[in-house]
Amino acid sequence: MLPAAALLLVFLTYPLGLGIWLGFTDARIGRPGIFIGIENYQYLSDDAVFWLSVFNTLLYTISASILKFALGLWLALILNQNLPFKSFFRAIVLLPWVVPTVLSAIAFWWIYDSQFSILSWALMEMGLIDHRINFLGDPENARASVIAANVWRGIPFVAITLLAGLQTIPQSLYEAATLDGASRWQLFRFVTLPLLTPIIAITMTFSVLFTFTDFQLIYVLTRGGPVNATHLMATLSFQRGISGGQLGEGAAIAVAMIPFLLAAILFSYFGLQRRKWQQGGGD
Amino acid sequence: MKFTRRDVIRTTAGVAAGALGSRFVGSSAFAQEGLTYKPEDGAKLRMLRWSPFVQGDEDQWLANTKRFTEATGVEVRVDKESWEDIRPKAAVAANVGSGPDLMLVWFDDPHQYPDKLHDVTELGEYLGTKYGGWHDGPKQYATREGKFLGLPLATIGNAIVYRESWVKEAGFSEFPKDTASFLELCKALQAKGHPAGFTHGHGVGDGNNYAHWLLWSHGGQMVDESGKVTINSPETLKAIEYAQELYKTFIPGTESWLDVNNNRAFLAGELSVIANGISVYNTAKTNKDNDPKLTEIAKDMRTTSLPIGPIGKSVELFQVTTAVIFDYTPYPNAAKAYLQFMFEEQQMAEWITSSAGYCCQTLKAFDNNPVWTADPNNAAYAKASATLRPNGYAGPLGYASAATMADYVLVDMFAKAVTGQATPQEAMEEAEKRANRYYRV
Repeated sequence: MLPAAALLLVFLTYPLGLGIWLGFTDARIGRPGIFIGIENYQYLSDDAVFWLSVFNTLLYTISASILKFALGLWLALILNQNLPFKSFFRAIVLLPWVVPTVLSAIAFWWIYDSQFSILSWALMEMGLIDHRINFLGDPENARASVIAANVWRGIPFVAITLLAGLQTIPQSLYEAATLDGASRWQLFRFVTLPLLTPIIAITMTFSVLFTFTDFQLIYVLTRGGPVNATHLMATLSFQRGISGGQLGEGAAIAVAMIPFLLAAILFSYFGLQRRKWQQGGGD
Repeated sequence: MKFTRRDVIRTTAGVAAGALGSRFVGSSAFAQEGLTYKPEDGAKLRMLRWSPFVQGDEDQWLANTKRFTEATGVEVRVDKESWEDIRPKAAVAANVGSGPDLMLVWFDDPHQYPDKLHDVTELGEYLGTKYGGWHDGPKQYATREGKFLGLPLATIGNAIVYRESWVKEAGFSEFPKDTASFLELCKALQAKGHPAGFTHGHGVGDGNNYAHWLLWSHGGQMVDESGKVTINSPETLKAIEYAQELYKTFIPGTESWLDVNNNRAFLAGELSVIANGISVYNTAKTNKDNDPKLTEIAKDMRTTSLPIGPIGKSVELFQVTTAVIFDYTPYPNAAKAYLQFMFEEQQMAEWITSSAGYCCQTLKAFDNNPVWTADPNNAAYAKASATLRPNGYAGPLGYASAATMADYVLVDMFAKAVTGQATPQEAMEEAEKRANRYYRV
């Protein structure tokens, strides 16, 4: 017990506590700073770039999480069937997850390049467009592009975890339901989904947390540009806290992420994991 | 007193002869005059520098380091990082009090954590006196309240890089020297299918260099001498309106460009005019892959200073790198001896030469390094240290200037206006508000 408590204290409680404390100070790089109460938060509340980063983060997290869930579940259901070369396909699906984020971000950087994008080139070759797509230069395109890159990278985690969950569902339940005349949709709706929900809850909690705190992808692709259109709270926190030297303000931005993260966890915990029907009762 | 390169060599040689009896006997490369640092027993140094843009820079730096080790027995491990990652690494090192003993940092970094840096005033003054004085701009980045927080190592110049044949094809016998004619050239180039391209994205070097040139050349400034934010001004408005016109002549996508995009597009033959360090020319000239297209581009490439705006003189930001010693180092004397060695005539002259025009000298005695006349394209970068204007002009360097730049306040102001996301007035007002947060009004 003691080693575990010590580990939690050193690696979790202390950094978190320090971050919260720094958010209440005017600490700068190389200077501890003094307590200034909620001044950093007051500044942020009046900061258009901060609110833009909040909007971007929510949009990024919600869109990417929904897409990752839908596509990941679909992929898991496919992979759960008796396909030839099943192991091979499962390994392939894992690839985007295995590749270091920075490398995949660089690959997407090339794919989205305003002059050398292979996507633009291919579409132009096919005669579908007549000019290159400004993937990362236009704010809307840039948001969609970084979301797409995050979805590509995050699908394997969702797919493989849900696949593991699918494999724990006893085959006999499907057989019984089939004998009762259940359709494929009914099998999914009344057998698969309820039994998979605990796994979905855990998987999506992690997926939301990973997405909400994403940093590397944005840092490599856009540095938050164009005109802060893709700045997430994490990247803005880094930019202000480390590059800009305003540690206190950077910490305050990071701390401002906590309520959102807590909300995601609580939603998962109370909304999905503890539903009565999972323990045999009705909703 | 005029200080020529010949004088430096003569002085250095004389001092080397006089250094008999010191621990550096026999090492002409370690010639010193009146200042000697005795490295601590068992000293070992770790240094972090930026990844080279011109290979000769790193090769010579390492060769000089090897010489230092041979002369003193002090081992120096030189690590490198992408130049944009140096700032966060230095910030963390300063904050936690652990990391490399020395670092080559950028821009206002030394002013962000002055208390964490070893005072090198004695060495700075010694080198300044010996080598004809420091250029003022780089010196400002490295000094605070009269003290040297580090040694200004080099200025990475930024200049117009263009395709001569295309400029001529557009009807211009020579590259325009003023902003009005420059705009006309860019329009003509675009009409000929050879657009220009300057970074409006979050490119630390290219984005900031371009934005500051736009602002300063039209007489605008972020703050006045007292640090009062003055970005919302008629001069800034003129700069934005000029940027809007220029932007119309650009290749699409410059809003997303980071530091490498313009080089890449230029070398691919997509662009006629960019603003960049000399690395782009060196890449084409070196042409490691023997690409005939690149050889052709290299032959057609020319460089010149950015055009002069309504204020009537050349004003640019450039990137300045400063060598700092962190106070936590257990070997401050070894670190100072190392820096002294690297700045002495033989090492510094060879390093500037090997950097092939990428690193501009900060000490005036090296102004006549042969590298600046070895290739006509190098000349545009020769006076970078002499002409630069520090970040946060006309105010003092410090937390506010560093944070304002790091937050891309100026870059975003132009980007927002040129892309039509805000009117020039709105863009200025937003920049003013953002800058005021750092300058704490």
